[in-house]
Amino acid sequence: MAFSALPRPHMPAPQPVEATKVSDFRPAGKQAAPRLPAARGETGDRIFKLAMLLCGLAVLATLVVIVYELVLGSAPSWHAFGFKFFAGHDWDPVNEQFGAMPFIYGTLVSSFLALLIAVPLAIGVAVFTTEMCPVALRGPLSFFVELLAAIPSVVYGLWAIFVLIPILTNYVGPFLARTLGWTRLFDGPFYGVSMLAAGIILAIMIIPIISSITREVLMVVPQHQREAALALGATRWEMIWVGVLRNARAGIMGGIILGLGRALGETMAVTMVIGNNPQIVKSLFAPGYTMASVLANEFSEATGNIHRASLIEIGLALFLVTIAVNALARLLVWTVTRGQSASAHA
Amino acid sequence: MRETGKASALHTVPPIALRRRITDHVMTGAAVLTVILVLVPLFAIFAYLVYRGVGSINWAFLTQTPKPVGEAGGGMANAIVGSAFILALASILGVPIGVGAGIYLAEYGRNRFGDVIRFIADVLNGVPSIVIGIVAYAIVVLAQGHFSALAGGVALAIMMIPTITRTTEEMLLLVPRALREAAYGLGIPRWRTTLSITLRTATSGVITGIMLAFARVAGETAPLLFTALGNQFWNLKVNEPTAALPLQIYTYALSPYDEWHRQAWAGAFVLIILIVTAVAAVRFAVRRGTFGAA
Repeated sequence: MAFSALPRPHMPAPQPVEATKVSDFRPAGKQAAPRLPAARGETGDRIFKLAMLLCGLAVLATLVVIVYELVLGSAPSWHAFGFKFFAGHDWDPVNEQFGAMPFIYGTLVSSFLALLIAVPLAIGVAVFTTEMCPVALRGPLSFFVELLAAIPSVVYGLWAIFVLIPILTNYVGPFLARTLGWTRLFDGPFYGVSMLAAGIILAIMIIPIISSITREVLMVVPQHQREAALALGATRWEMIWVGVLRNARAGIMGGIILGLGRALGETMAVTMVIGNNPQIVKSLFAPGYTMASVLANEFSEATGNIHRASLIEIGLALFLVTIAVNALARLLVWTVTRGQSASAHA
Repeated sequence: MRETGKASALHTVPPIALRRRITDHVMTGAAVLTVILVLVPLFAIFAYLVYRGVGSINWAFLTQTPKPVGEAGGGMANAIVGSAFILALASILGVPIGVGAGIYLAEYGRNRFGDVIRFIADVLNGVPSIVIGIVAYAIVVLAQGHFSALAGGVALAIMMIPTITRTTEEMLLLVPRALREAAYGLGIPRWRTTLSITLRTATSGVITGIMLAFARVAGETAPLLFTALGNQFWNLKVNEPTAALPLQIYTYALSPYDEWHRQAWAGAFVLIILIVTAVAAVRFAVRRGTFGAA
């Protein structure tokens, strides 16, 4: 590069450095400190720390705002109905009578149905990937299972409407009515949109959560537990049962509860298949309604003040339940993975 | 390998009872069965999605806005762009706060207050998306007086922040302490160290977290129902209702028209392609990443 064209900077020859006060290095009072460049850094540090603190406080503020808005918004309904709101069976926007019982029932039944199906499957997958399968299969398998978690809820709903429900009405429904009809759980006509369909789609959706947490928890079980069990002559299954699962049960429970939290709050897929009928019927073939679904369907079209407040109160109840469920789950997972670098992302 | 057969060949060890061996095999079989049962719906969903999606996607779908009911043709171009718009708004709001909170937790949050923030972030992660929609409705839509893209962006940002916070914190904590100390030793102020050394070293991990949060909210429908609302036309104004791909899929899936069902599948296909690309990119980035974490 042709620097020669540029004017040469004025470069004085090395000058003798003025004798600084290095010689009298004795602590010369407190004035010495401000001249160090660190002083500038300290101001920057203070500003930076404050900015980061504000971001941290934003997380706290989010929670406060959520609680505040939900409590404020649901106040009219709370004043009108009190505790009876949660016990009432009527949901009648025209006459402004609101009771949340059918939605609570629907949320609980669909979630527990989902857990019933998902828990054995998810734990089976986790045990297989950590304890049984060849190491080469481990990565791809967990990747595929976690891919299930990446599918948006609305796509699950779409699939359920056009694939799952026809299968249920044509094959699974008649089969269940024939074999388990005596339980009275599979009574009445079956049109596909039902509590059963909601439970199944929820199960598919929560399997990845339960299985990935379970896998994490199983992986932090100390290796010597397995070795000890095998050394005592245990078969592989006995080793898994005694040495691994029993040690990890608190964490597995945490994973299950985390899955429950997701199932309770799941909205779109359930709304698309549950039938949206506020009734309490024992048969799983009958349509139902969940707390999240009624919010999705009615909130933007809520006419009266009290209607909207009732919906927000359902939202508040849903929020409090999921918070409690999640806090419990985190606590359980922490008791197991504490000290390990396991990341519990859900 | 745990070969029970060999153990029984040794005369000093009594053979394992038949019942125990059968239990072992049965349980192994059961575990394999669960894997198959879980993978079947996964493949069924993907196969059907590709089958219906590829068959339904065409140039009009990607370039046109929806046609009125009953008319064939039309597409979801406005919804695709609308989704990108809302997600951009959400990222602008959510990423700096999330990363900042993560930095706070990793660098200054090793105390009781930090534990509280950490716990709140974890708990916020589990709040149902529909509830976040209500809150965004209350703080943005009611304040503005109408539905808007901004409200949708706020709702999605609230969902992104906890995930980004926790992954950023985890990634920053993986950066070796010696690196920070070396920087301090050179007289670099703490904030410069955090930004130019620690955060820079952990960049790939932090981006992973951001992408995961992004992928998670990209398919969210529930928080948009009464915030962004949806729109049949083009919109790139922050204060107007905006179409979004998941919303459009939802509306079309529940409609009685075959043409709209077809478009719902095409929309779902596009959405999945976008999300899977993001997740795959994340895994690729992590594999090449500095620490191979996550």
